[in-house]
Amino acid sequence: MANHASVFSENIVIALNTVYTMWLREMLRFKRSKSRIIGSLATPLFFLVILGTAFNSSFQMRSGGQTDIGFLAPGIIGMAILFSSLMGGVSIIWDREFGFLKEILIAPVPRFFVALGRALGGVTTAMIQGTLIMLVAFAIGVEYQSCLGMAASVGVMLLIGLGFIGLGIALASYVESHEGFQMIMTFITMPVLLLSGAFFRISDLPSWLKTLVYLDPLTYGIMALRYTLMGETEIPIHICIAVLFLFAAATIGLGGYMFQKAKV
Amino acid sequence: MNTPAIETFNLTRKFDDIVAVDNINIQVNNGELFGLLGPNGAGKTTLINMLSTMITPSNGSAKVWGADITKQPSEVRKNIGMVFQGTTLDDRLTGKENLDLHGRLYGLPKQLRKQRIADVLELVELNDKADVIVKTYSGGMMRRLEIARGLMHHPKVLFLDEPTLGLDPQTRNHIWDYIRQLNKEKNVTILLTTHYMEEADHLCNRIAIIDFGQVKALDTPENLKNALGGDVIILTVETGELALRLFDLYNKNGSAGSVQQKDSSIFITIKDGAGQIPHVLKIASDAGINVLSVDLHRPTLDDVFLSYTGRAIREEGTSSVDRITYNLQARRR
Repeated sequence: MANHASVFSENIVIALNTVYTMWLREMLRFKRSKSRIIGSLATPLFFLVILGTAFNSSFQMRSGGQTDIGFLAPGIIGMAILFSSLMGGVSIIWDREFGFLKEILIAPVPRFFVALGRALGGVTTAMIQGTLIMLVAFAIGVEYQSCLGMAASVGVMLLIGLGFIGLGIALASYVESHEGFQMIMTFITMPVLLLSGAFFRISDLPSWLKTLVYLDPLTYGIMALRYTLMGETEIPIHICIAVLFLFAAATIGLGGYMFQKAKV
Repeated sequence: MNTPAIETFNLTRKFDDIVAVDNINIQVNNGELFGLLGPNGAGKTTLINMLSTMITPSNGSAKVWGADITKQPSEVRKNIGMVFQGTTLDDRLTGKENLDLHGRLYGLPKQLRKQRIADVLELVELNDKADVIVKTYSGGMMRRLEIARGLMHHPKVLFLDEPTLGLDPQTRNHIWDYIRQLNKEKNVTILLTTHYMEEADHLCNRIAIIDFGQVKALDTPENLKNALGGDVIILTVETGELALRLFDLYNKNGSAGSVQQKDSSIFITIKDGAGQIPHVLKIASDAGINVLSVDLHRPTLDDVFLSYTGRAIREEGTSSVDRITYNLQARRR
């Protein structure tokens, strides 16, 4: 009989190795697509600079709170993480289209850990982008509360990213054509972003809209980012972290499960 | 290992109402180079995808290197290499990176991985392109890289799905050489699908002819060809009348083989056709019949294939002559 302990540790080695390999692939691809990185930074930065300036000069909240570029920055970082991580998950569709998915599916490795490695790779990419935006915002005059807060916000980015990349993987494993891709992007990205409180304060909203905002997982991410970076939040931070954590665990679990069922 | 490398038991796969693979029973021996020959849509790819655990059978079972494809898929995956029909490379990475990721997925330690990457790159002569992004590769180069990758983890059984599809003749010959080399030198059992007759003929130890999901014939290329009854001598004379006369004379002389007449030609089906030509010519010259041309047709796998799967010749009992005229017509079209 095989030694159970050694079989177990062997499985762990295989699992970690699989996760690392898939992560490495994402990193190699990321390294190769510098123009894409710059492109993906451009959209959030336009938002930040143009909307931020406009908010500064033309909006006054009913509650009297200030919405300036500093208010907007965590929202824009959250937006970048949302786009990047959803895209990272959904890119499984491209792998299916271009055939690489077969190479992964036929390898003697557990598919759940393939999905997890991919998720971590995509999240790393998203975190790099989020951090870059954070730094650019700082360079153009956004004042963060502390360095520690900035570091903590990277952790928040990880949680947000994991949640949405898991969702992306689940959807990509389910939707089998890239026609479905546009639909996903339109019907998920936009509502999630617009309902998240990235651009407005929750307390000013009518109650029907407030309910929707509370149902949006990104809301908790934006609030957590705003807490770590600016020192203010409309939802207690421990609730934000708990919700983000549960969301990430649920979607990664779902994504891993769906990916195991994925057809070529 | 004396058990077959691959063994299927009534392996069946249905897609909705279509039976893509219908109760297939084949055995591929250890070290064999086995071909699945059939037209597009015959079920070859479905069969190979089941054996490589990419899809599950609807019925029946199969063993690959001793492991059951449905009960022990990860055991199967450890022992096989697969080169799919379309490209499955990451085209944003370099050739070497593709190989490196593959080595990692198959758990090769660093030193071994390096060694194997160098080995397979040399085998497929892609050393100088190793650090180039795959996107810039030609179709043939991608194919070679895929084969290289399929070999990196030293599989016991290698599946090749249409390995030379759409490649130019030169590259095709190249890839045939690799496949032969692998099979002979590394003793890899190879199962390949193809719809190129010459590929099956040149490469394979044994061939299964597959059509509508069923095995129509299974033997060595030689035996399959011999089963058709031998060579065909085609003698063309000036008129149909003369041909008919020659036909009678040939039969009266009590010569071997069977003979048929069609227009101004006679077709003699016989073993050792080349040795029979002088005999036929002598009959003609003795009768004063002017022979315009003599043609010797050795049966090819095309003929075998047509006899088992061809539309005009689906049922048995068709002669070589029909096949040749069918072939000639097909060529003219």
